[in-house]
Amino acid sequence: MRLAGLRCRVPESCIHRSSPARVAPWVYLWSIVLKVSSTEAVLALLEPEPAYGYTLKHQYDRWFGRKRPLGFGQVYSTLSRLERKGWIAQSQVQAGHGPERRLYEITADGVTAIDGWVGTPQAPDLFATSSLYARVTVALLSGRDAGQVLAGQRKVHLERMRELQASRRQAQGPDLLAITYELTHLDADLRWIEESGTRLTSMTGEDGGAIDA
Amino acid sequence: MLEARHVGLSYGATRALSDVSLRIDRGGSVALMGASGSGKSSLLHCLAGVVVPDEGEVVVGGIELTGLSDRDRSRLRLERMGVVFQFGDLVPELTLLENVMLPLQLLGHRSGPARARGLDLLGVLGIAELANSSTGAVSGGQAQRAAVARAMIHEPAMVLADEPTGALDSINAEAILDALVAMTTSTGTTLLVVTHDNLVASHLQTMVTMHDGSILSPAAGAPA
Repeated sequence: MRLAGLRCRVPESCIHRSSPARVAPWVYLWSIVLKVSSTEAVLALLEPEPAYGYTLKHQYDRWFGRKRPLGFGQVYSTLSRLERKGWIAQSQVQAGHGPERRLYEITADGVTAIDGWVGTPQAPDLFATSSLYARVTVALLSGRDAGQVLAGQRKVHLERMRELQASRRQAQGPDLLAITYELTHLDADLRWIEESGTRLTSMTGEDGGAIDA
Repeated sequence: MLEARHVGLSYGATRALSDVSLRIDRGGSVALMGASGSGKSSLLHCLAGVVVPDEGEVVVGGIELTGLSDRDRSRLRLERMGVVFQFGDLVPELTLLENVMLPLQLLGHRSGPARARGLDLLGVLGIAELANSSTGAVSGGQAQRAAVARAMIHEPAMVLADEPTGALDSINAEAILDALVAMTTSTGTTLLVVTHDNLVASHLQTMVTMHDGSILSPAAGAPA
């Protein structure tokens, strides 16, 4: 398994191969997001191999933080939080002239947490898609089934749209405008989800298993 | 109940439908979605008895359509179905009210009660004042309201609509769908709407997606 700029050292048992894909570099241009859950995204970056905080900050900014790069303070507070949860562990501490350098690695519980995050559709609020980008990106990078991520979110979006249509029939004034605003945005999300589903087919290589960027 | 069982259909060398099974219970509403060429209109035509499939069966209210003659299928369609097309397809030589009355007149009803029922429905749809207008003198949204009234006037067991709001702006589309859903819900009429629009689909209870002549999801009209 090849990931962008990473050589994978994750145990084979931790690598998901349910829907391996080969993806061209341009794919990630539209996968870069404005705002994502940094906790899960940082955790996902540790899945291929152990990394230092400095490396994680730059990888996060590359994949997820083009407009919102992660501060170094945020990286280390996120790593502390992940360590407390038992999702990562320090595998090596290097003492030197400056501060100690700590190498972090993901745990089996951490891999399970990523499974849950990527595979669980979000509540379809107006900003769900920004995190959806991240979950689809992680699915593509890790060989999980990105199509399932899209399908699950589509179902939840449609359910919310049905609820909104029922409310709209009774709504007036500002309530009506608020409902149609949400409906219109969910509809736009769905069009992106469907278009991405079509694109995923063309991204999947015949040899499978490898992701290049 | 409306049901397709393992329906297959080809136009020459082109396979339009492959092993399609779908069941819509009485009073249910289903959005049949899919890209252009996915087979959704072909399936609608089979369910309406306009086209006889090469394989499988279509059952409408307990009657197997594929075994009927053209004449009997037309009669069954007239009695049990209402159809709404994308552009209304009203008869241009008739007024809106005359268009709406048409199914009852074809079924042999007297014109007095048919006229009263037609006016009543046009009133429900908010266009009673246009009853005597020609089809060319009304907007697309008003013509489509008349098409909905025509589809419902004979109290069919099911209404089949092919992109019924495809030619309308969003506000008119919303009004047409609200009317269709409200009328079919209050009468327990089964509603099948062919659409490629998620906003349209979100008005209905269930969504079925087609791709390359097959049903992708769900398998048989289960909630989606």
